[in-house]
Amino acid sequence: MFNSKQINKLAISFIYAIAIIVALILLFLVSNILINGIPEISWKFIASPSKTFEAGGGISVQLFNTIYLLILSMIISIPIALGAAIYLNEYAPKNDFISVLKTAIEVLSSLPSIVVGLFGFMFFVLKFNFGFSILSGSIALTFFNLPLLTRSIENSLAAIPNLQREAGAALGISRFETVIHVILPAALPSIITGIVLASGRVLGEAAALIFTAGQSSPNLDWLNLNPFSPHSPINPMRPAETLAVHIWKINSEATIPDATKISAGSSAVLLILVFIFNFLARYLGNKIYKKMTAGK
Amino acid sequence: MVSRNKIVESIKNEVEIEKYVINLSSKHQRAIETKDLTISYNGKKNALNKTNLAFETNKITSLIGASGSGKSTFLRSLNLIHGENTLIGGQILYHGVNINDPSIDKFEVRRRIGMVFQRPNPFAKSIYNNITFALTQRAKYTKNQLDEIVESSLKQAALWDQVKDELNKSALSLSGGQQQRLVIARALALKPDILLLDEPASALDPKSTMQVEETMVNLKKDYTIIVVTHNMQQAARVSDYTAFFHMGNVIEYDLTRKIFTRPKVKLTSDYVAGNFG
Repeated sequence: MFNSKQINKLAISFIYAIAIIVALILLFLVSNILINGIPEISWKFIASPSKTFEAGGGISVQLFNTIYLLILSMIISIPIALGAAIYLNEYAPKNDFISVLKTAIEVLSSLPSIVVGLFGFMFFVLKFNFGFSILSGSIALTFFNLPLLTRSIENSLAAIPNLQREAGAALGISRFETVIHVILPAALPSIITGIVLASGRVLGEAAALIFTAGQSSPNLDWLNLNPFSPHSPINPMRPAETLAVHIWKINSEATIPDATKISAGSSAVLLILVFIFNFLARYLGNKIYKKMTAGK
Repeated sequence: MVSRNKIVESIKNEVEIEKYVINLSSKHQRAIETKDLTISYNGKKNALNKTNLAFETNKITSLIGASGSGKSTFLRSLNLIHGENTLIGGQILYHGVNINDPSIDKFEVRRRIGMVFQRPNPFAKSIYNNITFALTQRAKYTKNQLDEIVESSLKQAALWDQVKDELNKSALSLSGGQQQRLVIARALALKPDILLLDEPASALDPKSTMQVEETMVNLKKDYTIIVVTHNMQQAARVSDYTAFFHMGNVIEYDLTRKIFTRPKVKLTSDYVAGNFG
């Protein structure tokens, strides 16, 4: 009925159509959020604290909390994920224990975030007595993040051809030196991609944080840099509502009259934050990569 | 000058294999030598049966044979770069020391016995850093010393004139032949005395192959070179000695011109004539 040429054409147009549909959905979502949200964004919106019962509140505290939590959880999870990935890809023998370990990591990465949140609540908030705090939140996020991050760094390392490892060995360089000075720099762009993806998940995560970092924020005194003061922004033991949690809360409780407007604005800010973070991470990563690999 | 003796050895599966292996006389300096070298992977059948080969200093020796004949396995054992599940029995004598011994620092051995692989494997770094990386990992050098080493090793590998103005460019931007010569230069920078080449030109086009061969012949005066090749013409063109491997055994080892003109063993003449392999 059809010849190969026609089938090929048909298949290609089908694949194109699917790709266009995906792109359109994405475009619709992003433009919808930005069109509804950007008009709400003003300096006052970004720089003033939220209000509990009246209209006109801002998101300054939530914005700061989101960034702080992201940085803290990345500081905890990147070194662990890096170490685990280096072990799994460069040193681990191929045996049953390792394959069980790898499967466990995969299972962990599909753990529902609300379960991670409840676990964090039971374990860190109650058992360890960390309370609703940035620390509890960032450890919960580390649990949430670690499997995916480990997996993506492991894949980045595996993508570097064995030729490079052989080259190191042939020059009498130990495996560890080769990994640190040759393999990691070469894998950097793809590791950065993994970190950016993981950060995107952290920025947008609400369920795991509701029970760990809490849904409230004490009044912050921006000039108070004493990490032990409950009003200091950098105190890791204070509760911290993030943007994503804020959006969820004002929509579910709706004690403020302008909840729709604020959540539209917050969504847009969150999206822009993801863009900025993405761009910054790639820019810095590229600079380091060029410096270490002479740029190709 | 070379003492010759015909060996007929029986191996495990009770098949008589006819062999002809020359033994270097005491007049010839030996760069490296194996005694009863046996290699197996994961406890399976031997990849290489008792092999006794001595390599003369400042000569090129070709290792030829079909795929799976054990020649690459043999080459890789010489600088201890074989994988973890490889069992090596027998001795590898390097400057009179058996380096097939757990007490030997294999990293140091690999610096003295350089290796170049089939596919060019420059690091994803600049041309300059490719050469200096392994050096600076072990000791401190001044910028001038490094500059000198980079220049002299690139000159030895006949690459200096082509890259001297772009030493900071990525090594990956070079052509395949240039990359392979950079890899040779990188090995030379460590001042080895033996170079092991595992099919160094088989991934290259004819012109690059020529350049690599010329480089090899030029290096002969300072280094002992052992090269695995599938290319008979290449073996005939560049090497002084040739060893023919077949199914884990060295069938014949002699001067190259003898192997290619009047081999002593029928299997060798069949292989060299292209009847199999």
